[in-house]
Amino acid sequence: MRDMTMRGHHDMGGLAAGEIPREGHDHAWWEKRVDALQVLLSSPRHALLKVDELRRNIEALPPDAYDRMSYYERWIAAITATLLQRGVFTAEELGRRMAEIEARERS
Amino acid sequence: MTHPAKYAPGVQVRVRKLRPPGHLRTPWYARGAVGVIERLCGAFANPEELAYNRPGLPAVPLYRVRFRQTELWPDYRGSGQDSVEIEIFEHWLDPA
Amino acid sequence: MSDHHHPHTHAADAEDQRGYYQVMEIAVRELLIEKGILTQEEIRRAVEAMDARGPVQGARLVARAWTDPAFKARLLADGSAAARELGLEIGALRLIVVENTPRLHNLIVCTLCSCYPRMVLGLPPDWYKSRAYRSRAVREPRAVLREFGTELAPEVELRVHDSTADMRYLVLPHRPPATEGWSEERLAGLVTRDSMIGVAFVQNPNN
Repeated sequence: MRDMTMRGHHDMGGLAAGEIPREGHDHAWWEKRVDALQVLLSSPRHALLKVDELRRNIEALPPDAYDRMSYYERWIAAITATLLQRGVFTAEELGRRMAEIEARERS
Repeated sequence: MTHPAKYAPGVQVRVRKLRPPGHLRTPWYARGAVGVIERLCGAFANPEELAYNRPGLPAVPLYRVRFRQTELWPDYRGSGQDSVEIEIFEHWLDPA
Repeated sequence: MSDHHHPHTHAADAEDQRGYYQVMEIAVRELLIEKGILTQEEIRRAVEAMDARGPVQGARLVARAWTDPAFKARLLADGSAAARELGLEIGALRLIVVENTPRLHNLIVCTLCSCYPRMVLGLPPDWYKSRAYRSRAVREPRAVLREFGTELAPEVELRVHDSTADMRYLVLPHRPPATEGWSEERLAGLVTRDSMIGVAFVQNPNN
């Protein structure tokens, strides 16, 4: 059990697990946009992040968050973390914009 | 300029049993396992470095390594010939 | 642990959290556009490009390989180059096509994340990205196949490919019996996404 803390939570090959959930879902537009952001930002044309940085940021999510979040929630969280690390925007800019959007949605 | 690849197809290798933190692409279940080089895939920038926005150069040889399932899991119940192939970077391999 | 969300069963704070990431996507997109890094048009085109990809592309590769032995040889030698022959945009990652034979069955997984040959199959199904598949496909692949209704004879080698690097794998499934003389198009219609991942065989419905 002690060993488990050295094993990444994402590194799950060989662990016991239950039935494979077969029901899928249609991708929401926001999910397709997250996918597009990843493709564009990592493309040679923009080269604003590497897929490896995204993976590292996903792997850094706390285990319970990793399990609870959906695939594209993990991706947008990782894209954002990477862009913050790269200095593309600041946490302040992002925070203010997110608050504005929430206010927009409420009105 | 990459150094020449160390392992040829058919050679037996053992995956190093290292456990560093960081972004690693050698799965936990393969650490310490013995397999056979199936082929050299080429040389690639090291993803462990790319993960920190570093170039990961010089490129590291990457191999497809084949493992018998019975080598990976003591209680494996499929066919004795079943296998897993994983792409592993040279710095994770020792001769077996 | 399910990766799926069923809104009617989630607690209020989980709803909040889900809204949180959608708000994040909007904020990030708006900031990137305002800073002149991306354009709305680029994003729209990228969404459409991904939408246009699906298993149909992979099925064309399979059907061509079944009917043209020289193409099949090229496909197995260099999947990316062969895909480009059919006008498919493969991108930087290398496509490796692995052939199912009467003695060998291939199964694809990415245990560490969810790498998938998107360029020829479109977006992966949710089950491929699930904890259960990623954990069990390398450990008990025959049980996984059985869950998909696929039974593999014990004398057939089951080879699981765990995509840990820049290679992306596509299974070239076995051509089903009683399809002699079929056109490429008709054959492509039989080839399912699941058969190109390796959890299923290609069936001939007439059989």
